[in-house]
Order: sequence, then C-alpha cells, then structure tokens
Amino acid sequence: MIEIKNVTKKYGDFTAVDNISLNVEKGDVFAFLGPNGAGKTTTIKMLTTLLNPTSGEIYLDGHNVMEKPSETRKSFGIVFQDPSLDNELTAYENMQFHAILYGISKDVYIDRIKKLLELVELTDRKDSYVKTFSGGMKRRLEIARGLLHHPKVLFLDEPTIGLDPQTRNHIWNYVKKLNEEEKVTIFFTTHHMEEVERYGHTIAIIDHGKIIEQGTIDEIRKKAGTDSIEDAFIKLTGRQIRAEASNFSKSTLRGFRGM
Amino acid sequence: MRTIYILWIRQLKRFIRKRASLIGALGQPLIFLIAFGFGLSPVFARAGQGNYIQFIGPGIIAMTILFTSIFTGTEVIWDKQFGFLKETFVAPVSRFEILLGKTLGGATVAAIQGILVFFITLAVGFRPHSLVMLPLALLYLVLIAVLFSAVGVAIAARLEDMQGFPLIINFVIQPLFYLSSALFPVQGLPKILGFITTINPLSYGVDGMRYALSGSSHFSPWLSLGVLSAFLIAALAVGIYQFRRIQL
Repeated sequence: MIEIKNVTKKYGDFTAVDNISLNVEKGDVFAFLGPNGAGKTTTIKMLTTLLNPTSGEIYLDGHNVMEKPSETRKSFGIVFQDPSLDNELTAYENMQFHAILYGISKDVYIDRIKKLLELVELTDRKDSYVKTFSGGMKRRLEIARGLLHHPKVLFLDEPTIGLDPQTRNHIWNYVKKLNEEEKVTIFFTTHHMEEVERYGHTIAIIDHGKIIEQGTIDEIRKKAGTDSIEDAFIKLTGRQIRAEASNFSKSTLRGFRGM
Repeated sequence: MRTIYILWIRQLKRFIRKRASLIGALGQPLIFLIAFGFGLSPVFARAGQGNYIQFIGPGIIAMTILFTSIFTGTEVIWDKQFGFLKETFVAPVSRFEILLGKTLGGATVAAIQGILVFFITLAVGFRPHSLVMLPLALLYLVLIAVLFSAVGVAIAARLEDMQGFPLIINFVIQPLFYLSSALFPVQGLPKILGFITTINPLSYGVDGMRYALSGSSHFSPWLSLGVLSAFLIAALAVGIYQFRRIQL
C-alpha cells in the first residue's frame, strides 16, 4: 500500500530523512517510531504530498506521490501532529468543511459527524467556536475530523498526545474497527509504547533520519533481546534525550529560501 | 464547485464574525473623503476641474476594495501559521479550486466593503450621474475586488509569516493607490508619473467606475475592462504557479 524507495530530505546541510526505504502492506497497522526530531513527521509530510523529497520515490496506493499528487490525495486521510483547525469556526463547521472537501454526501456526513462527535464527547459543544476549546478538546475534534472519511490509508501523527486513557481507548477502538471492517491501512506514530503493543502489527524505528530496525512486534523484541517494545526502543535508540530543534531550523531555512 | 463554495462561505463567515475589523475598515475611507474631498475641493474647483467629491468618490471606493482585497492574503498566511492550510492542502481538491475559493471569498468581502463605502460617499454629497449606469459600476467594483484578491493571495503564497506584510503594504498597496488616478486626473501629469499611472491597473478600475458613476473618464471603458481582465488572468496564473510550489 505504501512503498518508500531510497527517500532523502535535506534542508540545506541538515539531512532530516536519510535514504530510507519502507514497505507497508495493505491492511497493516504500522507503527512508525522514533525519538523526537528523528524524521517521523517529515516522512509523513512527504507521504501526504505536503513536502517534496530531495531524492527517492514514494508510491501510495499505486500512485507516484510526487508525479500524481491529486490522485494520491484521494487515497489517504491524516490526523496531523500540530493543530490544523479553524479557530474562528465552530466544531460542527470544521467537521462540515472537511466533509465537503472530501466529497462526502450530505446524508452520510450528517450521520457520521454526529457519531464522531459522540465518540470524542464533544456533542454538547458542537456549536461552540473552536477558539474557546481547551487543548485536549481541540485534539479530540482534530481526530474526529480525521476519521470523517474512510480512506485507504490513514495517517495518525501522534494522535493520542495529551489525551486521557478513556479517550485514547475510544479512539483506538474506532481506528481498529476501521482497520478490521473496512481494511483501512493505518500508519501511525506515537510515544506510547503500550499503544504499539496493543494495536500495532508492524514497526519501523527511525533515528537521526535513518531506519534502524523494522519488522513485526515479536521480531523487534527478539532482535533487541527484550521483553517489551519500550525496552527494545530504548536499547535501539539509546538513552540520550533529543532536542527538537529541527522544526525551528527547517522553517527558518525555508523562510530564507522564500525571500 | 462544492469546494469553491465551502471555501467562499468560510471566508464570509469569518468576515461577518469580525465586526470590529469591518467597522475599522470603513474609518480610513471616511477620513479620506472628509480630508481630501472637502479639503482639496476649493483648489480643484478653482483649477476648473469641477466638483472634487464627484471626482474622488470612485477613487475612495476603489481604495477600500484595494486594501481589503490584498488583505485577503493575510488570511492565507494565518492559515499557514495556524496549520489550517495543511488541512486544505491534503484534501482531494485541486490547488486551483483552493486558489479560486480564496480569491472569490476575499473579493466578496472587499466588494461588500466597497458598496458600504459607496453609501458613505452618498452621505457626504456624492451623486451618481445616472442610475442606469449603476450595474456597470458594480461590474468594475467586482473586477477590482477579484483582481486584487488574486494579487493578495499570490503574494501571500510566497510569505512564511506576517513579518513580510508591512513590506507589501508599503511597496505594493500604497504605490498602487497613490500612483493611480484615484486622487488626481491623469491628464497633464508630469511624464514619469503619467506613465506610472497609465501602467497601474488600479487606474483602469477607478476610471471605469468613474465613467459609470460620474460620467467622465480618461480611458475608454472598454479598454479599462480589457486591462482589468488581462491583469486578472495574469494574477491567477502567477497565483496558481505559487500555490503549486508551496511546501508545508
């Protein structure tokens, strides 16, 4: 379903993603793991047509992502790591905007918006402006919106960050159902390793822009010689805490180029 | 079509909900009308040019539209910064639809402001010379609004944040306004200034509106229509080129 071939992304001298290759099978629940600043979000941006790689090729649902961005966009949905809501609109309007952009017919979207707002427990706030929402509420709305259409591939970039265990559970059950019943391929990143063990099938670990390990959960545990994915992760990527300076340098560099 | 509609309606909703900026945007034209309209009126009359309010009315309406339209661009920059542009950019819709939705949304807002200012000009003594010509005036008004919204969006596509915007105000909007036929007649200008006003598309918008509202014009109204349309196509072409290059 997703094929990444020797993809590199450079910002000036900084290499965010360094010659990675990956395959994600149809119907898989794929966990893309790595410390902060490892290159996860950059990779997702390249997969979702927001960013062009410096070199390499990407295929999504058989479409060459760089050459056929419009076709590619029909095949996937995404929940971004950073906020992407319109604060001046209400929760319902944000959902409706998305539904119309994705060409969902009215009777389908009215029903789905209702269900999803219930799922993330925002039904009573559906007509409030998003600017009045707390961080957690915005996050929940963002996820509900991302689940509105049923694509072939669903990208979830740290979807459950800042959410309580109840909401996390609700959302994962919904995603699991999408995967099982509609065969939606799930590509997600997270720092919660118990989510990986509970819901993931295949894993790739990226660090400093390079894929350092990939395989099923069992294979990774065996290779690392550990009992849990958490231990395997720390063993493979080291104990050092990473600075997430890359986002800053990226936008600054782009700013210079834009002048 | 649904894409363009939803983008358009989003911008109208945002506009209606920000009443303070709506009223704020009417302050500047009012000051211009009072200060220039009344202040320069005796000089203008003595120079044998007739009623200055009749002359400057269409210019002030055009000014309002110009400022509001180009400010459409700021919305694109906000969308970039608040991440909403990502949401639109990963959707299965073409960049051209997004560009058109944005441009038309901004243009509608600007046209509404322009019409409000038209009523303000009536309050300070401006009189359209013929009611039959009002639809033609509206056509020019809309063309100016669409053209400069497209320009605003094309410029914003290149900017990462709001820091670049004062540059746009000082080096794009201000020259377009002051070096046009909005405040003074094109006839008898010093050569260089005359040349600049003649290549400035806003001059043609103002002149077309002046033809429809006050009954006098420097260029042929057909020429104005043609020039505005040509610039509009060019602005959309540049806009779509810039939009396709945006990396988020």
